[in-house]
Amino acid sequence: MKLPPVEYEAPTTVAEAVDLLAEYLDEASVLAGGQSLIPLLALRLARPEILIDINGIAELSGVAAADGWVTIGAGTREYVAEESWTVADAVPLLAAALPLIGHEAIRSRGTIGGSLAHADPAAELPAVTRALDAEFVVRGPSGERVIPAAQWFEGYLTTSRRPDELLVEVRFPAAKPGTGVSFQEVARRHGDFAIVGLATSLVLSGGVISDARLALAGISDVPVRAAAAEDLLTGERPSAELFDEAARRATHDIDPPADLHGSSEYRKTVAAAVVRRGLRAAADNALERQ
Amino acid sequence: MADITLTVNGAMRTGSPEARKTLADFLRDDLDLTGTHVGCEHGVCGACTVIVDGRPVRSCLMLAIQAAGSEVTTIEGLASDGELSTLQQAMWDSHSFQCGFCTPGFVMQATAFLSDHPDAGEQQIREALSGNICRCTGYQSIIDGVLLAAERARELS
Repeated sequence: MKLPPVEYEAPTTVAEAVDLLAEYLDEASVLAGGQSLIPLLALRLARPEILIDINGIAELSGVAAADGWVTIGAGTREYVAEESWTVADAVPLLAAALPLIGHEAIRSRGTIGGSLAHADPAAELPAVTRALDAEFVVRGPSGERVIPAAQWFEGYLTTSRRPDELLVEVRFPAAKPGTGVSFQEVARRHGDFAIVGLATSLVLSGGVISDARLALAGISDVPVRAAAAEDLLTGERPSAELFDEAARRATHDIDPPADLHGSSEYRKTVAAAVVRRGLRAAADNALERQ
Repeated sequence: MADITLTVNGAMRTGSPEARKTLADFLRDDLDLTGTHVGCEHGVCGACTVIVDGRPVRSCLMLAIQAAGSEVTTIEGLASDGELSTLQQAMWDSHSFQCGFCTPGFVMQATAFLSDHPDAGEQQIREALSGNICRCTGYQSIIDGVLLAAERARELS
């Protein structure tokens, strides 16, 4: 369908964008890459009065590494992050997830911040930020706030960004030596939203797992950390038995949604398989990267 | 309404699209370039793929006003002096279409992909085209055409 009539502003600075958001609040939608918002408009699932197009704000784009963190501007296109050596080197989990987002043409326009502000619980980037405890920097009329990933996702397509705030950057902790990562997903078709997705990051020190991070996508209204499995894994040596038990602990108390792609029980079974695969792949990756 | 200027298939074009007008509709309705096909109109089918500043883009998911200052290539811009591009000719030779509706999107996606990945193999090509849907399901001949184009381009260079 054609888009409904809508007002349009294209600020060129973050300050101008924040002024517009403060003026229109809930009546405004921020237009970044548009790969989720424009379909929502076409399908009449979103009816903003005004689009605030942030594509012309140069200060929102870029990848920078400093002090053990990699900072990615919210407006950075997904293909740019995908081609970034800094991301490949310092945030390998993000690098593993990026090629799985939509299709090549989607990543031409889609932005890092756009996907995270849209907060689809089946999407790749929300799970990556939850697994890595990334930080979200928003700017509003009263200045900046830094929101940890654990507090960013509040519900289906809902974040803790206030209507007068703009997501300006996302900070990822740089991977420690010994890190191995994997992004696994099961989807009907390559490029589709995952039935279940899993972001995994393990740190191996002297053959022992010193840090385990698992975040599941598609099983709830927000990405979910598998804390019970992480506790089990920490301090242990990788083995098939350990990963089987971790898969049980990661999935025994989840209650995934059912839809035409799969029942709740099916998703639960897939989630356990994905956890086993993800752990195996991340442990192998840790050895390869050494 | 906003006045915009952009380059389409090498020529400077201007227009005054409403904010809500997609690049796909602007190309078709305002510039009369109806080779860009509009299928699902919400970013699922890939039929409307065009090349914007060197990257494949779904023109139904981009506003026309966002293309101001950009360089856009559509299916009409591939043949020069009546001669098909290497990819177009290879797809012709491979019978890479049945009804033809999805063809412009496949051709633009594959054109952008091959220019960045001239040595791509079958698996990479399948993945690059995975966002384009052919409802006649003539996928095999489409892949054959793109592989043939890649081979011919390598022989030429």
